[in-house]
Amino acid sequence: MAYVAVKGGEQAIAAAHAWRAEARRGDPAVSKLEPAQIEGQLGRAVERVMAEGSLYDRGLAALAIAQAEGDLIEAAFLLRAYRTTLPRFGVSLPLDTTAMAIQRRISAVFKDLPGGQVLGPTTDYTHRLIDFALPAQDLPPAAPMAEPDPAPMPRVADLLAAEGLIRPDPADAGEPADLTRAPPALPLPRAARLQGLARGDEGFLLGMGYSTQRGYGGSHPFAGEIRMGAVSVEIIPDELGFAIDIGDVVLTECQMVNQFHGTKTEPARFTTGYGLAFGQADRRAMSMALVDRALQAGDLGEDVTAPAQDAEFVLSHADNIEATGFVEHLKLPHYVDFQSEIEAVRRLHAQARAHAEAEAAE
Amino acid sequence: MMLAPDLPGFADPVADAQATFRAVLDAMARPGTIHAVAPGLDAPAPLDPATAALLLTLVDPDTPLWVEPALAPARDWIAFHCGALLVAVPEAASFLLATVLPPLDTLRRGSDEAPEEGASVILQLSALGEGTRFRLDGPGLAAPASFAAAGLGAGFVAAWHANRAGFPRGVDLLLGCDTRIAALPRSVAVDQI
Amino acid sequence: MNGYNFAYLDEQTKRMIRRAILKAIAIPGHQVPFASREMPLPYGWGTGGIQVTASILGSHDVLKVIDQGADDTTNAVSIRRFFARTAGVRTTTRTEDATVIQTRHRIPETTLTARQILVYQVPQPEPLYRLEPSRAEGRRMHGLAEYGAMHVKLYEDIARYGQVAISYDYPVMVNHRYLTSPSPIPAFDNPKLHRMPALQLFGAGREKRIYAIPPYTDVRSLDFEDHPFRPHRAQAACALCGARGSYLDEVIIDDRGGRMFVCSDTDYCAGRRAAGHVGTEGAAA
Repeated sequence: MAYVAVKGGEQAIAAAHAWRAEARRGDPAVSKLEPAQIEGQLGRAVERVMAEGSLYDRGLAALAIAQAEGDLIEAAFLLRAYRTTLPRFGVSLPLDTTAMAIQRRISAVFKDLPGGQVLGPTTDYTHRLIDFALPAQDLPPAAPMAEPDPAPMPRVADLLAAEGLIRPDPADAGEPADLTRAPPALPLPRAARLQGLARGDEGFLLGMGYSTQRGYGGSHPFAGEIRMGAVSVEIIPDELGFAIDIGDVVLTECQMVNQFHGTKTEPARFTTGYGLAFGQADRRAMSMALVDRALQAGDLGEDVTAPAQDAEFVLSHADNIEATGFVEHLKLPHYVDFQSEIEAVRRLHAQARAHAEAEAAE
Repeated sequence: MMLAPDLPGFADPVADAQATFRAVLDAMARPGTIHAVAPGLDAPAPLDPATAALLLTLVDPDTPLWVEPALAPARDWIAFHCGALLVAVPEAASFLLATVLPPLDTLRRGSDEAPEEGASVILQLSALGEGTRFRLDGPGLAAPASFAAAGLGAGFVAAWHANRAGFPRGVDLLLGCDTRIAALPRSVAVDQI
Repeated sequence: MNGYNFAYLDEQTKRMIRRAILKAIAIPGHQVPFASREMPLPYGWGTGGIQVTASILGSHDVLKVIDQGADDTTNAVSIRRFFARTAGVRTTTRTEDATVIQTRHRIPETTLTARQILVYQVPQPEPLYRLEPSRAEGRRMHGLAEYGAMHVKLYEDIARYGQVAISYDYPVMVNHRYLTSPSPIPAFDNPKLHRMPALQLFGAGREKRIYAIPPYTDVRSLDFEDHPFRPHRAQAACALCGARGSYLDEVIIDDRGGRMFVCSDTDYCAGRRAAGHVGTEGAAA
């Protein structure tokens, strides 16, 4: 028998990809899923992919979801890899969420407040029963409409801050860090932590946030405010020298209000945790706010004991694109290293055997 | 508002930057070796083509650049083609452009944990391959090698000894003259012959 | 490839990576942080090596890509095609013909020359990470050249097993200063790192680090005077080409314990067979 070395085989790779593409299409008798349908009807998935893909483009996110067969981490990865190739034309001014065109605004810490509680579009108060009538329904009954309330909607944290009851955020010096442009320098400043969390895996954020509620670094959170709506994005082009509006993004912002017992030099006050997410994403924004507050433990002089308080741990493992790549890379061939391990184990075995034989001979 | 200067940058920004970088890469990896760059680059006075090519290849809005006052006539060209962030004091710069080597101990040298933050000096020399002769030794060299240059200044060897004594902190030198470059990374030992 | 820059990365990203590479060369063995970009291949599949290669590659280069020593493993095929597509460079499987070689887990058997660059894909650039998972703390230890913990670990191995129990990714001291991961190459390959004429560049995309070993730089595998470092390989000859000095893969040929050994470096093996060397299972080429 003459042994023929295994060939990885470009043909085998091409065939594997072709098989996947065929499987993606599903039953040809069923009409093809259009990205426009995904964009319009799987909005929550689109928004999660935009957040984790760090790119606000609903159409592109929908296309990525279709291409990834609904694997949202894979879709976010497609978006990130595309984002990498885009030249940077400018940097926006800080978004002003106080001026948000509010669709939803709720506060759990006041019964009523200026601007009122606005539930907006939500399923929060539904019973989670599978709706067997949904496939047959074409258009849902029209939702009632109302004129938007022109009253200003101050942010709850600002109302408390006016009374001096909230520990002010220390002013961050200079331009905020950008993890996509400069490698993270530990310890990370809060702006960099927030950016890392904003791009982080929703499941990871949820689990870490949840752990703080179960005693691992808890800080008694209250949902101070959750607001969702469109915010305009402005840039100052070099050649103009003044701000212009380049479009809107829909955001969910959450400010958690937490206890802070104070220190020898500081009175007890409330502190805040901040969450911001593309689209309507209460869970994501709230989880982020919980983790952001937990990560302030060190700055506030609290004991750092829990995983959610360890910035290096949280931020090094929040990114699902990094995580999935490294976990899945284990399926690549590792036979060279494994071979050296086999040889090492055999040597140790032989050594142990020789040792045992020598002892028996004595 | 900024006006485009008269002289262009690289004719082929992608290929020329790559070719220049490979020359710099080889120059850094093999200290003291001399490499040709920038054929046909129309450099703004008083810059040599080699110096201009180094700037176009390595400097951009992410790298604070200090320009020696004597080279001020080239500032507009640098600002336009590199988009460089020009800084007023050498200590603030990650890149420095000079014809006279600034005192190395006044420049960014990084920290023991982040020595890569040490500055890079792009030094335009009056001669490369001739002039004062030095003996080089260290990583990148199979055996001690000789290197000749004019314009490094009288106290260079002593200054370089001090620079190297702080390793891994330190400053790296990129040398340009006419259309040729060489480099002295902080790891190389330099002695006068 | 339409719509993308030469070698995929935009020019500003290349400049950022190029600057990191130059600093890495100036400080041999030191891990330079860089703003690693998302690549169209997953993290852990060579994104660091790909970014380094993309930043150095020019139209005159001839590129070779290997994984486990072989040119035809799936990931090597994928990366070679990526650069053929995005940079249009010539590719080769012949080690001697390549100007840039990107590798995962091996150093070619053929001695590399001064006109070549070897780019390693690195999953975990921090050699201390099993001893100290905090990268902030690891960085401090490198700053102080505080490597006692690694020596203790190796010494414990010797006390327990009579030898160092690291068979790949065996830590090295570069230029007598930095403890460095050689990437998960078998310890057999470690001696090739020492005073190699070719420039060696290491890219870790997910961990956002680049480091380098300049040509002819001293690289010492950690050891003790009474327990010197020894590279190991399977005690066999390649079944195809008869080589006794190359690193061998073990191939299981049946379910009754039958096995054979073949060169992990496919190009080296093919070259030997072309030159008339024959192993027990091979036919002359």
